[in-house]
Amino acid sequence: MSEIEFLNWVRGPAFEIAMTIFIAGIIIRFLEIFLLGRKTNLAEAKGSEMTGGLHTIVSRSIPDSNTFKRSTFKIVSGYIFHLGLLITIFFFAPHILLFKDIFGFGWPSLPTPVVDAFAVVSIITLIAVLIHRLQDRVLKFLSSTEDYLVWLLTILPLITGYIAFHRIGMTAPSLLAIHILSVELLLIAFPFSKLMHAFTLVLARWYNGAISGYRGVQS
Amino acid sequence: MSASLEKGINALKKEVDSTVGAFFSSCVNCGMCADACLFYTESPCPSRTPINKTEPLRRIWKQEYTLLGRIGKMLGLAKPIDHDFLNQWEKLVYDSCSLCGRCSMVCPVGIDITLMIRKTREGLAASGHAPEGLIGATKRAVTIGSPMGIKLPALMAQISHVEKDTGLKIPMDEEGAEYMLLLSSMEIMNFPEFIEAIAKIFKKAGVSWTISSEAFEATNSGIQIGVADIAAELIQRIVDAAEKLKVKTVISPECGHAYMAIRWDGPNLAGKAFNFKVRHILEILDEFRQDGRLKISGKETQKLTYHDPCQISRRGGVIEQPRNLINLFADDFVEMPEAGKMNWCCGAGGGVSSNERADELRLKVFQRKKDQLDEIKPDAIISACSNCRIHLEDGLEEYNMEIPLMSLTETLAEHLEE
Repeated sequence: MSEIEFLNWVRGPAFEIAMTIFIAGIIIRFLEIFLLGRKTNLAEAKGSEMTGGLHTIVSRSIPDSNTFKRSTFKIVSGYIFHLGLLITIFFFAPHILLFKDIFGFGWPSLPTPVVDAFAVVSIITLIAVLIHRLQDRVLKFLSSTEDYLVWLLTILPLITGYIAFHRIGMTAPSLLAIHILSVELLLIAFPFSKLMHAFTLVLARWYNGAISGYRGVQS
Repeated sequence: MSASLEKGINALKKEVDSTVGAFFSSCVNCGMCADACLFYTESPCPSRTPINKTEPLRRIWKQEYTLLGRIGKMLGLAKPIDHDFLNQWEKLVYDSCSLCGRCSMVCPVGIDITLMIRKTREGLAASGHAPEGLIGATKRAVTIGSPMGIKLPALMAQISHVEKDTGLKIPMDEEGAEYMLLLSSMEIMNFPEFIEAIAKIFKKAGVSWTISSEAFEATNSGIQIGVADIAAELIQRIVDAAEKLKVKTVISPECGHAYMAIRWDGPNLAGKAFNFKVRHILEILDEFRQDGRLKISGKETQKLTYHDPCQISRRGGVIEQPRNLINLFADDFVEMPEAGKMNWCCGAGGGVSSNERADELRLKVFQRKKDQLDEIKPDAIISACSNCRIHLEDGLEEYNMEIPLMSLTETLAEHLEE
């Protein structure tokens, strides 16, 4: 298989397979959750589940000041690499062209040097996050193979994307193919790993807020 | 309570619902819950991280209710759920957690970790891995009617003392009364002044109330140990008594988990909505205040603070009412740092105080409360849970601190206008 043929396979059939697994997987995971069902609360309500739930979806993004003091590194590093991922995935001009191909519409991109800077910051932060995970007593204890695997799957597209953009080492088609392949790995693993939190956290926060809101407490 | 591994696994399965699915799907092992838990911050052992305490429930969820987990189980890759494993979790789930709910407030993805620890207890209790102290309390609650083994004659003896002291009649089994008061065994034995306070306040407020001789115990060991059937049976006794006496409102006393049990878990355990209201005593007193039925005279000049019982404040939603009431008689009221819904637990809730094995740990983690108190140096602490009160007294003694404890209801009664 030539370099170009490989790129075409990665871009074509392989991408379709990865996207299918990604979408089907997410549907399966949500079905798994919703089919479990939830009993109606028979206690007399003191507040609204809906208001509490919606509020917590938003408010859980902003820790209270004491929690911030106690978990500063986790919160700051978490914010930085998530923001970096968001910007590099959704505001890099070539990515937007791809989304336009898929969805039929695009949106304004950020200047390439800005995206590049965010990618570098994200990579550095993710490395710091890994070191923290390996050193912190609690995180070391809690972490399973999956946690490290998920870390690897997250940082790979950033690194391969950075290398592909700066054309380091190999020829452009190969670098691009490797980058796309790393994204496909991420897509395939996504629904069946902790990466799924990107979607289910909305539901989890809603339940948390609803349970509290019903009792008249804002959680 | 005959226990077996099979029963434990079935009990865990019964606890899995869509909230559990959403919660476990969202955990990224960030460890922030450890920083929110006094059992970790004051005694830093990584296994005490709140989310780790839910591991038995997580294994069941993963192996039985997720596609990937089921495939893993078929291939023989599933982690075991056996007696050895559950035994390792017993101390984490019962001794190192007071179900205070603080972790559920900080989890960035929104997991109600406390709810899941509570659910995990169902599996541990059913498989025979509950602490002796809680098993004993639960047995007494079922057979005698009180976790401390207090029978009706003991209550009647206390009531006759109160009647003699106050000249007021304590209405027993009065049909058609507006309110039916529940009591915790702790109040009956250690704080009969509470009954006296209620008699005085309700007399002044001009409302009718009663105590049922058939269901006066408010606490619910079934909730603490995690046996839904027993919890439901204890709730049903109260429901039957309230319906028999045709009362409009059942009052949960100064006890944290009793309020959770009857107010929030009660109807769900009984399987039907109640045809009476359930209110915490602080809610009732605050209603009296709003209606102008509470005439207060004299002020407390000492520096007072309020300890929020977790199940009443954070988990129960009664946060404003105690402050409204304290302001009626306090000249110098100071909040502890992080008071209200983020307050730190005393360390003895959720059955920890009934579990002698946890005595050393609960006193160790009291350091958290000590730190809070050291920041404001109050002259006295007001609370609204007799379990918190007893443990606070224990903890203060352990750390050589001399701060008296006051019951909110009792203090209010002392300030009633003559």
